[in-house]
Amino acid sequence: MYDSGKVIIGLLIFAGIFLFPFVYQHGSPVEKPKPSLDTPAIKALPVKKCVEDTKFMITTHMQFLNDWRDQALRDGNRWYVNRAGKKVWISLQNTCMKCHSNKKDFCDKCHNYAAVQPYCWDCHFDPNGSKL
Amino acid sequence: MSMDRRKFLKVAGLSTLIGLGGGSAFELLRPGKVDAEMEHEGHHGGHHGEAHEKAEEAGPKTRWAMLIDMKAITKEKAEKIIHVCHHIHNVPDWGNPKDEIKWVWEDEYEHVFTDSYNEYDEVLEKLPFLLMCNHCDEPPCARVCPVEATFRRPDGIVAQDYHRCIGCRFCMAACPYGSRSFNWLDPRIKLKEEMAKKGRKLNKKFPTRMRGVVEKCNFCVERLAEGKQPGCVEACPDVMHFGNLADENSNVRKILRERVSLRRKLELGTKPSVFYLV
Repeated sequence: MYDSGKVIIGLLIFAGIFLFPFVYQHGSPVEKPKPSLDTPAIKALPVKKCVEDTKFMITTHMQFLNDWRDQALRDGNRWYVNRAGKKVWISLQNTCMKCHSNKKDFCDKCHNYAAVQPYCWDCHFDPNGSKL
Repeated sequence: MSMDRRKFLKVAGLSTLIGLGGGSAFELLRPGKVDAEMEHEGHHGGHHGEAHEKAEEAGPKTRWAMLIDMKAITKEKAEKIIHVCHHIHNVPDWGNPKDEIKWVWEDEYEHVFTDSYNEYDEVLEKLPFLLMCNHCDEPPCARVCPVEATFRRPDGIVAQDYHRCIGCRFCMAACPYGSRSFNWLDPRIKLKEEMAKKGRKLNKKFPTRMRGVVEKCNFCVERLAEGKQPGCVEACPDVMHFGNLADENSNVRKILRERVSLRRKLELGTKPSVFYLV
């Protein structure tokens, strides 16, 4: 191999730079996000329960919200009956955000962690957001 | 298998004829069948496809319509209605016709009734005609939308799904009433400016739109869902009348029986549901 010294040194430098973040971060994991439920509306609830149970909401809320959107907008059906038989008004802004009025400490916590940027807030209002 | 030239030409000619004429012959004998069938399949895809179809067969139970009383309207009332509507729906006021977003707006007789304009009608000429989406029975906008972002609900409201709109503006070209506006810029920029400069308040119960979608009057579908009347009717109940055309005893049918009404561009066959009482 020609110039083997230079090539190997180059490769070593590349590998060093490439692996640096992994080595540097090793052993100091980023903390799991803990979305906050500390809002006046949630505190006032006798039983702290969302529309459906917590596990379902954590894993399926994206699909669930899409279904809500299509029901309200396309089928004109604004009532959702949950598994416990309770009727809930379908609205992101006027139902979800009434309890979860802390978008920054609730929605954004996990979304930032997972680096997802849902486009809800391009149009819908964040109730306490200073930004429009 | 062997085939002589004569036989080959016969078969080739026959298959060409069937290929060329087959589809159109079918269309000639049973017009609209292909279209209807395609629509049929589309309906079955939805949740309530069959229920909708049954309802359509018996005639819709609800057919929302708006009546605008041109004898009661004044310039001030028209402006009030525009103000109220645009504030309910967070519609920014860009102040120039290029960026303008309008759900309800004002124009003069000559421009509104281009087909039946009568230059000797000096009464109508002076009136401020309020224009909005006509919520047509046969909406050309919904026909051309490539993503079904705009569609006609069973109750006659032509709704617009901003989540789905890709901003192609086909609907704007298709609408003969100019009822649709495109968000060339982020509406929130202007709303923010209006809040800072004019002290404008937002309706936080209703969203804004984003840049790159088309918007229009929605007959206050969000208020109807709550059992309220549309914003314009609430603002000026003596001018605007809202009701169910499908119900013979409804307020709008009663008024239409007594008064002379005009509708815009009827000759296009869109069957608009905004009536002007003259």
